[in-house]
Amino acid sequence: MQITLSVNGESHALDIDPRTTLLDALRDHLDLTGSKKGCDHGQCGACTVHVNGRRINSCLALAVMHEGDEVTTIEGLGEPGNLSPLQAAFVRHDGFQCGYCTPGQIMSAKSMLEEFGNGWPSNVTDDLTAAPDFSDAEIKERMSGNLCRCSAYPGICRAIRDAAPDEGMHKTEAAE
Amino acid sequence: MRPFEYVRAETRDDAHRADGRIIAGGTNLLDLMKLQVETPERLLDVTRLDMHEIDEAENSVRIGALVTNSDLAAHPLIRKRYPVLSRALLAGASGQLRNKATTGGNLMQRTRCPYFYDTTQPCNKRAPGTGCQAIGGVNRILAILGTSDHCIATHPSDMAVGMRTLDARVEIETADGDTKLLPLDEFYRLPGDTPERETALEPGDLIVAVHLPDPPAGAQAYRKVRDRSSYAFALVSMGAVVSVENGKIASAAMAFGGLGPRPWRDHDAESVLEGETPSRALFDKAADVLLADAKGQGENDFKIPLTRRVVAAVLSDLTGVSQ
Ligand SMILES: Cc1cc2nc3c(=O)[nH]c(=O)nc-3n(C[C@H](O)[C@H](O)[C@H](O)COP(=O)(O)OP(=O)(O)OC[C@H]3O[C@@H](n4cnc5c(N)ncnc54)[C@H](O)[C@@H]3O)c2cc1C
Ligand code: FES
Ligand code: FES
Repeated sequence: MQITLSVNGESHALDIDPRTTLLDALRDHLDLTGSKKGCDHGQCGACTVHVNGRRINSCLALAVMHEGDEVTTIEGLGEPGNLSPLQAAFVRHDGFQCGYCTPGQIMSAKSMLEEFGNGWPSNVTDDLTAAPDFSDAEIKERMSGNLCRCSAYPGICRAIRDAAPDEGMHKTEAAE
Repeated sequence: MRPFEYVRAETRDDAHRADGRIIAGGTNLLDLMKLQVETPERLLDVTRLDMHEIDEAENSVRIGALVTNSDLAAHPLIRKRYPVLSRALLAGASGQLRNKATTGGNLMQRTRCPYFYDTTQPCNKRAPGTGCQAIGGVNRILAILGTSDHCIATHPSDMAVGMRTLDARVEIETADGDTKLLPLDEFYRLPGDTPERETALEPGDLIVAVHLPDPPAGAQAYRKVRDRSSYAFALVSMGAVVSVENGKIASAAMAFGGLGPRPWRDHDAESVLEGETPSRALFDKAADVLLADAKGQGENDFKIPLTRRVVAAVLSDLTGVSQ
């Protein structure tokens, strides 16, 4: 099938089998190998990308279903020499060991901070109608879709906390 | 994954094709297609149809079938008036998955029974007539209520438990354009000797929305017990709405996940509570009624005492009884 995929602000014409996942389209057809394949079943988060600004697992998405959507990958956030605040904070705080889960962690964290800023509650939010607290418990719960086999969780948590203001999360909003 | 034809539904009619399989968020169907548990020949991508809205009507809220689990959980109206549903959604899956998972797809998600997932094993749900190896086999996560000799699978949804607590009804549009509104206990079928038929949907039917009536009076809660504190399916979960007036329980609704082939509700257990003074002894009596027909399958025997404790804990919280 002929499709056009918009990734990191650039439009790409692709000729793909409808079975191709968004993850495989990015990695195998567009050479954007930042997004990783861990489990290929939605269980690890290594493949996390943004579609229209929201984090999703690209391994459980068909590329053909995302024609017309805006896809952002880790390559779209920053690059060596010009890291995004979250990328820099992961380096500063030892937010990884082998680094395999890291692109997924960072993509997930970026969108998670936005969800937070929009006042979305989580499973550990006490009062569903108040602005959620930016606590470690909240960060951990909201990042539970990203596993780290090296268990770099303490550094990941610190990095997210540290980068939050620079990523634009100054305040959270309560439900009306 | 087996090859399939991809069709992007531009109109409702495109989605009513009986020879195609609907795909919405894809988070369950694609997972199963990769394992060849599901092998549809034609996928009908419904994501561009107009079913993304949450509308407030008189005495009800109508949730479009394509509303994502995260949008529904975060919606101010749901958080304020239907917190049991917000909480049930937030207890399920992960942030990424909830962004993709839809209301219709969540209702239709399939069991997590290990035999259903393993195409080298017999399974009456996946391959009718081959037998159920879960009976007497690996069944720790499987059902204790509503099972049959042919299948002991559970329905894994948290959202559906929240909706069952709230007397939600599923709006179905048939291929002829007719509309049906089914309460969840009519929407989901019990396995009997046809466990492959899980819902009342007929070929060509489309779920277009879920309707929530005004919430019942009282406090709402959702409690989920699982093997890790996040990103895991329920072993046992419970949604509840309980109102207490003048020291007595005026009304109670309780629905359970992890126990049966559909979100489980037992009005007889609720009646035990109504009109009575809340106490631990009363909660145990309600659990006795709820679990009267419960059948452990070996590995999942623990669900029976666990459910009793969940009932006591949730009802104690909601009525202020100290445990
Ligand atoms: C790792 C992992 C963990 C998870 N944990 C949880 C959990 O803890 N709790 C929980 O509740 N869920 C959990 N889930 C399941 C998740 O909630 C479901 O995958 C999701 O809700 C399915 O929605 P979807 O839109 O992606 O459905 P799809 O995969 O698109 O479709 C699922 C089924 O629904 C049918 N369908 C979809 N829309 C319609 C419609 N409008 N009309 C008729 N039929 C339709 C499809 O034909 C298909 O059979 C988990 C999933 C994964 C992968
Ligand atoms: S590769 Fe997508 S979640 Fe693991
Ligand atoms: S750094 Fe190795 S898996 Fe996370």
